[in-house]
Formats: sequence, C-alpha cells, structure tokens
Amino acid sequence: MQKDTIAAICTGMSNSGIGIIRISGQEALNVANEIFVNKNKDRKLMSYSSHTIHYGFIVDNKNNDEVIDEVMVSVMKAPYSYTTEDTVEINCHGGMYLVKKVLELVINNGARLAEPGEFTKRAFLSGRIDLSKAEAVMDVINSSNEMSLKASMKQLRGDLAKKVRSLRDSIIYEIAFIESALDDPEHISLDGYPEQLNDKVTSITKELELLLNNANKGKIIKDGINTVIVGKPNAGKSSLLNILAGEERAIVTDIAGTTRDIIEEHINLNGLTLNMIDTAGIHDTDDKIEQIGVEKAADYALDADLILYVVDSSVPLDEDDVKIMDLIKNKKTIVLLNKSDLDVCVNEETLKKYNHDYLKVIKTSTKENEGIDELENCVKDLFLSGEIEKQDEILIMNLRHKELIQNAYESMKLVKRSIEDEMPEDFFSIDLMNAYSSLGFIIGEEVEDDLVNEIFSKFCTGK
Amino acid sequence: MAEIREKVDVCVVGAGHAGCEAALACARMGLNTVIFTVSVDSIALMPCNPNIGGSSKGHLVRELDALGGEMGKVIDKTFIQSKMLNRSKGPAVHSLRAQADKADYTRTMRSVLENQDNLTIKQAEVCELLSDEITLEDGTVKKKITGVKIYTGAIYEAKAVILCTGTYLKARCLCGEAITYTGPNGLQPANYLTDSLLKLGIEIRRFKTGTPARMDKRSIDFSKMEEQLGDEVVVPFSFSTNPDDVQKEQVSCWLTYTNEKTHEIIRNNLDRSPLYAGVIEGTGPRYCPSIEDKVVKFAEKERHQVFIEPEGIHTNEMYVGGMSSSLPEDVQLAMYRTVPGLENCKIVRNAYAIEYDCINPKQLYATLEFKDVEGLYSGGQFNGSSGYEEAAVQGLVAGINAALFIKNKPQIVLDRSQAYIGVLIDDLVTKDNFEPYRMMTSRAEYRLLLRQDNADLRLTKIGYEAGLVSEETYKKVLKKQELIDSEVERLKSTLIGANKEVQRILEGIGSTSLKTGTTLAELICRPELNYELLSEIDVNRPENMPKDVIEQININIKYEGYILRQLKQVEQFKKIENKKIPRDINYDDVASLRIEARQKLKAFMPINVGQASRISGVSPADISVLLVYLETYKYTENS
Repeated sequence: MQKDTIAAICTGMSNSGIGIIRISGQEALNVANEIFVNKNKDRKLMSYSSHTIHYGFIVDNKNNDEVIDEVMVSVMKAPYSYTTEDTVEINCHGGMYLVKKVLELVINNGARLAEPGEFTKRAFLSGRIDLSKAEAVMDVINSSNEMSLKASMKQLRGDLAKKVRSLRDSIIYEIAFIESALDDPEHISLDGYPEQLNDKVTSITKELELLLNNANKGKIIKDGINTVIVGKPNAGKSSLLNILAGEERAIVTDIAGTTRDIIEEHINLNGLTLNMIDTAGIHDTDDKIEQIGVEKAADYALDADLILYVVDSSVPLDEDDVKIMDLIKNKKTIVLLNKSDLDVCVNEETLKKYNHDYLKVIKTSTKENEGIDELENCVKDLFLSGEIEKQDEILIMNLRHKELIQNAYESMKLVKRSIEDEMPEDFFSIDLMNAYSSLGFIIGEEVEDDLVNEIFSKFCTGK
Repeated sequence: MAEIREKVDVCVVGAGHAGCEAALACARMGLNTVIFTVSVDSIALMPCNPNIGGSSKGHLVRELDALGGEMGKVIDKTFIQSKMLNRSKGPAVHSLRAQADKADYTRTMRSVLENQDNLTIKQAEVCELLSDEITLEDGTVKKKITGVKIYTGAIYEAKAVILCTGTYLKARCLCGEAITYTGPNGLQPANYLTDSLLKLGIEIRRFKTGTPARMDKRSIDFSKMEEQLGDEVVVPFSFSTNPDDVQKEQVSCWLTYTNEKTHEIIRNNLDRSPLYAGVIEGTGPRYCPSIEDKVVKFAEKERHQVFIEPEGIHTNEMYVGGMSSSLPEDVQLAMYRTVPGLENCKIVRNAYAIEYDCINPKQLYATLEFKDVEGLYSGGQFNGSSGYEEAAVQGLVAGINAALFIKNKPQIVLDRSQAYIGVLIDDLVTKDNFEPYRMMTSRAEYRLLLRQDNADLRLTKIGYEAGLVSEETYKKVLKKQELIDSEVERLKSTLIGANKEVQRILEGIGSTSLKTGTTLAELICRPELNYELLSEIDVNRPENMPKDVIEQININIKYEGYILRQLKQVEQFKKIENKKIPRDINYDDVASLRIEARQKLKAFMPINVGQASRISGVSPADISVLLVYLETYKYTENS
C-alpha cells in the first residue's frame, strides 16, 4: 500500500476571508509546484526549505498558466508536519468558488481528495499521535465555545493519556504482584495483602471518580447545560429567555398560555453554553395543543441538567405550582421569584412550607432586568465551581472515553467487593484486568478490531 | 553392503515424556509408528525431580488426560504420595502434584509402549533427517520430510517425523570444573542430528538446565525437618482412574531450609560456578533457578526452602528439591552440610547442570509442525520448554497433528481460552523465549475457566474427534455436562420460603436465617454453605449425585459472576483472534509498521491478528496499523 498524496479544503465550507487547501503525501511538493509560481512567475517551490511561507500565485498549468488567485503557500517537509509527510498548505482568498477551483487544480495534478479525518489518521498511523490525541483533534474542530476549546487543547497535549497511563501503571503493578505470588509463593507472600490492595483500590477508584465527575463537567462544557424553564402560564418564562438570549425569541404577551410548543435557544453565559428550553406553562388545560405542550414540558424537565422554575410572586401559589414542584423534585433547580417589581405575596418562606430543596431562590424582575446577574453567577458557580480554569484539571470531552472510564470504575468497585467478600486473591485480578484494559482502550494500548476506522470516520474532511 | 530400508508412517525421535505421548497418539490413531531412543532403559526417564504435576503443571496433565494422553494414567499407577496444592486459594489455582516412584513410572510407561499395537521401539541414535523438495499450489518450493537415517546407516522412510530429543542433542554436563560430554544421568548424548537440522535450515540454540544432588536416606537426620504428608483422600490425575484405586499408603516428604552459612559458602565460590565463571553458554530457566541463582537474585532472603523427596520405594536415594547446582563437588558437599538435617549427608549423585541444543520455536506453527519443512514436527525440551508435563503435552499435540496431517484431516490448535496447553504452545511460537519455558499459573489469562477440575468438560470432545478418546468416555462426559446443567438450572429455580423449618436448618449448619424467600442457588452462594450442606432443605434433590458433578455445581454457582466476566473477556479475545491474516500477506506493503514489528511479523508469520498482537516487539499501534491494512486489503480483494 503505497501512500498516495491527498488534499482537501481545511477551512469551513462557507465564504470567508481565507480558505486553506492542504496537500499531504510524497507528491505534495510536486503537485503544488505545478500550480504555484512566485511573483516573478517562476516555479521554485521544490527549493523552499521546510517551515517557510511564500507569496505567489496559483495558476492553471493546463490552461497557459492563467492566474487563479494570489496566495501564500507554506511548506512543511517530512517528518516535521502534522501527518509526518511532506505537506503544503495553500492560503487563498476565501470565496467558495475560488477555494474549490484551487482544490480542483490540485486534484488534477495528481492528488486525491482526502477522506474525512485522513490527515489525522495518517498522523496516528505514523505514530505521531496516540488515539486520545486523535480524538481530541476532533473535539477541537467541533468545540463550540472557549472553555471547551481549552479542555480539548489540554487533552491534545496528552494530559489525559498521561493520567490514564499512571492509573494503568498502578493497576498492573497489583496484578503483577498477585500473579508473581501465585507463581512463587515461597518468596512472595500475600499475607496482609488484601488490606494493602484495598487502600490502593480505594485511591484508584477515587481518581476514576474524579475523572468521571470531570467527564460530566466536560460534557456540560462541550455540549452545554440542558436547561429547562418551567412555571405556570404567564409567570414570565419567555421573558426570561428573551433577556438571557438578548433577543426577542419567544413571543411575549399578556395572555397566559402563549407558548404552546417548546422553544430552544443556545445561550452563551460566561463562556458556558446553556441549551435553554422554554416550555409551555404547566397547568390543567382543555386546549388540545396546549396540553401536548404541557406534557412535553414535563418530559424535558425530567432530562434536564438544570431547571429554572419561574414563579409569579405577585399571586399566591396554587395546585398547579404543587404539581410543578412535584415534577421537578430531585432535580437541580433554581427558583426565580419573578415580578418582584409588583406587590409580592410569595417569598422564600412560603416555598419552604412545601418541603422541597432548591439550589437557590432568587428574586427577579424580568421587566426591570433585576436579579439576572445573580442568576448568571449562580449558574456558573453551580457547574464550574470556579475550578474549570485550574491548570491541572483534565476534562473528559469524549463520550467513548467517559464510557471506558466508567467501565474501569465499575471494575474497581467489583475488586473492592471481592476484597470485602474475602475472596481468594486470584479472583482480584479478573476485575483488575478489566479495569486495566478499559483504560488501555482510551490510549490505544488495547486494540479493538473496528475502532480505528470508527474514530477517523467521525472526523470532518480536511482534518 | 545390504542396507536396511523400512517404510513406516511416523518416526518419533526420542522416548522421553514428549516422545512417548507422540508415539502413543500416532499408534493409537492407527499409524505405523517407530520410536527411537538411545537406550530402551531410559524410556520415560525422570532425570530431575521425582514428581508429576504441581502448580499449573497439574493442569497440563489433566488436559493431556482429557485429550487421550497417557501420563495421568501412569502416575496414578505409580505415585507414592499425592497432594492437591493451593486448597486455601480459589479453584482456579488448585493443582495436583504426585511424587512418583521413578523406576516404577519408567517401567510402567515402557510397558504401555511395548504393548501398544502399531508401535515399535528401536534403540538407535537418529543421525540424519531425510527430505525432498515439493512445489506447492502457488508455485513456491518447500522442503518435505521423507524419513530418518540411523547411525548404522539403516533408513526409515516416513510420512512424518516428530523430534523429541529432550536434552540429548550435543549434551554436556557440568559439575564445577568437571565436564562430561553425556546426556542426562550419564547417558549417551546425540551428537549428529544437530548438523542435519542445520542443513535443513533450522535455527539451533543452546539452553541449560540443572538438577540437585541425590542423597543416601540413611545419612539424613529427619528429626530436624518438617514432615510433609500426602492428602488423606487422594484425587487421581486421570479422569478414567477410579478414585477408590488410588487410596493407598503414602510416603512422606520433608521440608528444611538453607541459612546464612549456606549462602556464604555459595557466594564465596561463585567464581567456581560454571554459570558465573562464564563456562556455561546456555540460558537457564528463571523460574526453576539453581541455588546459586537464588542466592544472587534474592540476596535479601535469609533462607530458602529445601524439600527432601524420595526417589522411589525401593531405593534409599533422596532428591534435594530447591538446591540444584553446578558448583564443584567439594563446594556442593560443604553447602549441603550447612542445611539442618543434612549435616552428615552422603551424596549418591552430584548436582550438575546440563547444556543441550534446541530450537527457537518461532520456527513452528501452533500445530508444532515446522513452517519450512512439511511433515516435520517437534515437541518437548527440544522446543525450548522445561519440565516433564510441558514436554508431554507438546508431544501429544505434535503426535495428534502429525497423524491428522498424514490422514489429510484438519489439524488441532488449542487457543489461550481453551487450555493451558494452548497458552503454552502459543507462548512458545509467538513470544521470544530466552530461557527454558516453564508453565505457570500467571501465564493463563482465563484461568478461572481453565481449571484442572473441568479439563474433561473442556477437552474430551477434541480428543474424541481426533480419534484418541473412546466413544464411551466421550458419552460419559456429555452425560456429566448434562447433569451439571440441569442440576444448576433446578437449583436456580427452586424457591425456598423463609419458614421456621428452613431457619432452623440454616442455623443448625452455622448460617444466618432468611429474611425473605430465596433460591437454593442463592443459598449456595453464601461462603459458609455449599451443595452438600443443603441436603436437608433441598428435599427434591436427585439421588446419588456423583462427587465430581457436585464439585462443578458448587463452583459454577458460587463463582458465577466471575465466570461470566471472564467469559466476556474471552469473547473480546476471540474477536481479534478470529481476524485471520492472509497467508500471502507481504508485510513490506503495510505502510507505517515500525521496522522491528515488520521484522518480527515476517519472522513469525502469525495466522491471526490476536497471535500477531502477542509477538514481542509488536506494539498496539502496529496492530492498529495492521488492522487498517487488513481493512484495505479486504476492500481491494473484494473490488
């Protein structure tokens, strides 16, 4: 399998300031040389040294060197490039037609259109990056906000791999100890070992738990917090959404029950993404369409990471409120006592009578824009505890990683159980081994038969 | 001169533990077989320790027995003490070990060989392997074995040859500065075959192993040692032996220890040890170390165990287990005499180390056939292993496969999830072994499934299909499995109410009372309970449940969760094990493989990705590369 030369557009498929075409492979320089001339119209690309950038023109070599665009071309020679192959990147003007035209020229001169993720696949296959790095690359491409980007960058640098390796080392040490004691009981004793192992297992389990918590955090940072706004009709739910979104997203009227369907909005709050879902007010209704909306609201509330319960504090709580409180018990909830600008008859004390725990009760007035800052800070504290920007924290941004860490965690719990049940030592190694190999899958030390292709197929073209 | 020329089906070279099993398997599978030995008196000789089995080796013997091998049956007839080791640990590491009457063992195995139809014993040194060249379907030319030539010039034409030369090839024994060119026990070595092997293009290397001294029983003071008794109820090795037949009077072994004085003598004389003085070229086994090795490697240990074991009933010779050595005679004597109970010991036979030619087993397929010589098989220490049991199982597998090859039937490869035998052979043919390979519990990944107690359930079918196990035996095993399954099912579905009678019985047998109703199976899961103890509660139990069935029921129910998890591991293992690598793969075409991996893969030519992943020097990233390549390979093949 001789590796051919591949090319793709690396920038987004929309008109923008610059478009980049990447060419990688043995023929990359030759291909680029055919279509690139410098300002004196000379073809000199082959002579450029690695890691230099050059001004010039892309020309159509099959059509009398007609100038297509004015470009900058960077040259990175093997093995010091992303793919470890000779690589040329053409920075041209960003109009889609133009970018595609340049790519077409590249293809016509001997390169092949790259498959999704093929550049990264080559980087992996050549041993330049391990699997967790490869997956981080995908996350960097897909990350939608700044904190997510930071966490991906860190994973890319190998923090996750380092952590996983160190956990694996501790686990394999214990396996090796048990095995060697089985093989050479004369020289290696297992007296008192279960207690010793129990301590180790406890500390490894804790570390895995921490990674898992961070995985949830990672998910929240990457995918956003699923936030559902609930409340009776006309409590001010849609107004809240509009204030947070900074635009008129939901139709706000004085008529209760205006929002009949579910309205979704992604809101960036202090660097976090809130996936806001505004729901129909929950109340007994005969209106068929409104009824569906109410049922949907209940469903959404169950799946939410966060509930914003908007209460109209100017009117007394009633049966509908009781129903809502019942629906959202056990969920992370912030209560907003809205309409604080009016005569208030519901306060924190009133709520306490209903015996539900809330994370926080905030007085707001969506009309006067009061209490909104407090709400924003509260959300950030809740989900990030201010820790996220700490340098040493590893965020798991990837669902596959999370599942594998979860598996390792479960296995370690089974080891603990075996110790508690006073099982013979040789039983410990079954679950220790499972934990060890689960972690191994994260960093590609264990190989699943179809894994490689699965991962790279998720990449977008050009990476 | 008239030259003898005979035509047979199979020639087995060597009549040690590997050779005997190989020859018996071939003869029993209906092939005309000759077994060559340098001395008929040394058939199935035990030149080192006087026991069969032990940790993980006991598993091998049981597996061999299930497949139709002989060792288990012979040791059941000739043991003088027997013990199930590791009873305090989990069922996976229980292992049977029996002290043999060496002379009796040798005699009994010889008699089995002598009375086997289709089998001829021939005392002769094989000097040359005869071969031809054949052209395969794809046009490549390959060597094919055609027979052997013995020292007299006589030729035996054969369709397959099995090499089981043990430690005899160019053997050299060392006892300090005294070096003799002999095989084990002073027997005649085989000095010519190596050249013939080299001519065939086979790579030879040199290993060493050692054995401790034998002492006169009358010179040992046993009052200073701890007595080691056999089990009160002996479990036989062979599944076909009636347990009643092995309950007999047993002899004792004895335990004593080395001490600081012993170690000092050894340290002061290391320069006279051939190993440390650089005289020995062969590499010795790490896990069966000489006392010199132990003293050097475990410098912090104040003492090492020494087992004094009888060599038989009709001899005064005692084996000094744990103290093999190649130190000079005077140092040996001084060293042994520091051990409590051995102060006045008289040495009958000195400890010595032996060096011999063997092969790098990566030249073999997992069928134990040479990759480059069709019809040539090998087993035992010649393949770089160590130990009677390791030798025997390889001999059996080589024998079965040589026979299947001649019969033009698919050959047998046991994988790592099926048997310790599979682990052993897979390790030999895929991993770099720089020292004699000894079987160990830790080498088996799936040992909870590969227990010694279920070897019959795992392997009898394979032995039956190969034609080594009788239909009667096979049907018995099938019936046993059915009985286990149905009884486990019944126990799982039989509900027990929390009534007074049940509570009374439970308390009576030292268990806690029930809070709610449960099943019999859940009660068996309690650590303090088992199938037998629940007989009073379990009123509908079938009568006369055999002991071995009860054992399986207890294990299957008590450890069900662990067994299921291990089965899952096996499933994962099989996935990658089932990814076949095409025989015509050219690793030069697989871009991105590291150079070392490429060389190793070319040398080993693994048959599947699982095997490739176990080759030392092939990394997981290389395997990913290989998988990606196989994907594209498949793609281009299909299009």
